[in-house]
Amino acid sequence: MAERTPLWAVLVLPSLLVAVALATAGLDAVFSAAARSGRPGSLRAAAVRAAGPAREVLRQLVQQPRRTRASDLPLARIGAALLPVAAVLAAVVLPLGFRSVSDLPEGIVWFNAMEALAWAAVWLAGWGANSTLSLIGGYRFLAQGLAYELPHMLAITTAALGAESLRVGEVVDAQAGLWFAVWMPAAFGIYLLSAMAMAFWGPFDQPVGHDVAGGAASELSGADRVLFLGGRWLLLVVAAGFSVPLFLGGGHGPLLPGWVWTVLKTAAVLAFLVWARRRVPTLRMERYLELAWVVLTPLAVVQALVVAAVVLNR
Amino acid sequence: MEVTVFWLLAVLAVVGGVMVFRFDSMARATFSLLASLLCVGGLVVLLGLDYLGIVIVLMMTIEMAIMAVFMVMYMMNPAGLMPMTMMHNKKGAAVVCGLVFVLLAAGILLAPWPARRGKAPADPTMELGMSLMGPQMLTMMTLGMALFATIVATVVLATRRGRYDRLGDDLRARRPEDPVRGGVGR
Repeated sequence: MAERTPLWAVLVLPSLLVAVALATAGLDAVFSAAARSGRPGSLRAAAVRAAGPAREVLRQLVQQPRRTRASDLPLARIGAALLPVAAVLAAVVLPLGFRSVSDLPEGIVWFNAMEALAWAAVWLAGWGANSTLSLIGGYRFLAQGLAYELPHMLAITTAALGAESLRVGEVVDAQAGLWFAVWMPAAFGIYLLSAMAMAFWGPFDQPVGHDVAGGAASELSGADRVLFLGGRWLLLVVAAGFSVPLFLGGGHGPLLPGWVWTVLKTAAVLAFLVWARRRVPTLRMERYLELAWVVLTPLAVVQALVVAAVVLNR
Repeated sequence: MEVTVFWLLAVLAVVGGVMVFRFDSMARATFSLLASLLCVGGLVVLLGLDYLGIVIVLMMTIEMAIMAVFMVMYMMNPAGLMPMTMMHNKKGAAVVCGLVFVLLAAGILLAPWPARRGKAPADPTMELGMSLMGPQMLTMMTLGMALFATIVATVVLATRRGRYDRLGDDLRARRPEDPVRGGVGR
């Protein structure tokens, strides 16, 4: 079971998440620049590219914000601010090694409830601007949510079933011998897919797609934009990070201390997600919807059934 | 501490509920209702029923997000973008509300509330589930399956395009013919 952390961890958690998100965004920026203009010549050139997202944040913060006409400013603001808040609240149950800020008895349900707040956030941000393109982006995210949520819930329930507990710490403990990813590969794969969808990332970036000029984020500027797009990176980090205690054995590993293993595994999953986005083109949601209902949901149910049979025979 | 949180959440829940009827925008009304329901979820957590409280937060968030889409979609003015009001039949509604309030308040004041016996259980969610469904679990499972079968049957009966439209009269078509391309196997 995960240990309690001292109170200052509450303050450290958001800063840590922001640091990891900036590092991931930097990695993505290096890839993007390399795709556009070839390999960076020197380490210094690569560092300049990696600092791109941080410079962009500063630029947005000092920039004159734009306003659309007859926008519902409170709703748009709430939407933009809710995204990072939801990500940080979801991260409360994330164990670093074997310590999480709060190891709730229902940690897995808590995580799912907080990521559901992102549904409301993206739709609100899309609606509030009183602009067609951002509204389309908001609606797309709800369609996306409907497509990924059911297999996603079944996948994380399968991990809870394997550990016979909704407490994240006990899910980690149950993987001391064998990682869940090994004997629940379908659930792990579905979780990775929905982790990308949750952060509207990779093949699931339609809500902020280029074809609708940035979708839900198209009219956001200044601090609102930083909060919204930064919140999206935080969601990606948290969703990737949660796959570690759920399926990759959390802090378990030889030689190194637990927190190092958590960081290494999270970095590996994040690197995979960043890489995957460059390999797979954006997916139209009606296609994924059919895949989700016809293939992924039955697959997740069968996986849960197998795990249930194993657990009952133990 | 707990008393403060209780009053804070209770007042916010009521204010959110009132604002549903004060706002003139469907989006604001919907999310004000969501805020109210999230406070109710917090109150349930405060009662020690953590699992139920968090599930309320989860379910209500998803539900209200989807409901916002449907409410906007079915507004009588285009896209629900014009100012609207949630208040209809004000006099009748006021009378009904007044009566219900009096009835509930009378119930609270007049009911013989039992004093607490024993201690609070270690897992209140489990106890609540057992006392609600313990002996009726089989009934609930059967009922759940029946409801699910009803939903599937209704969708099958209501859909305009059945499998004969998609796969031909003898169901031999190699590729289903759908108005929208994409998805599995196409």
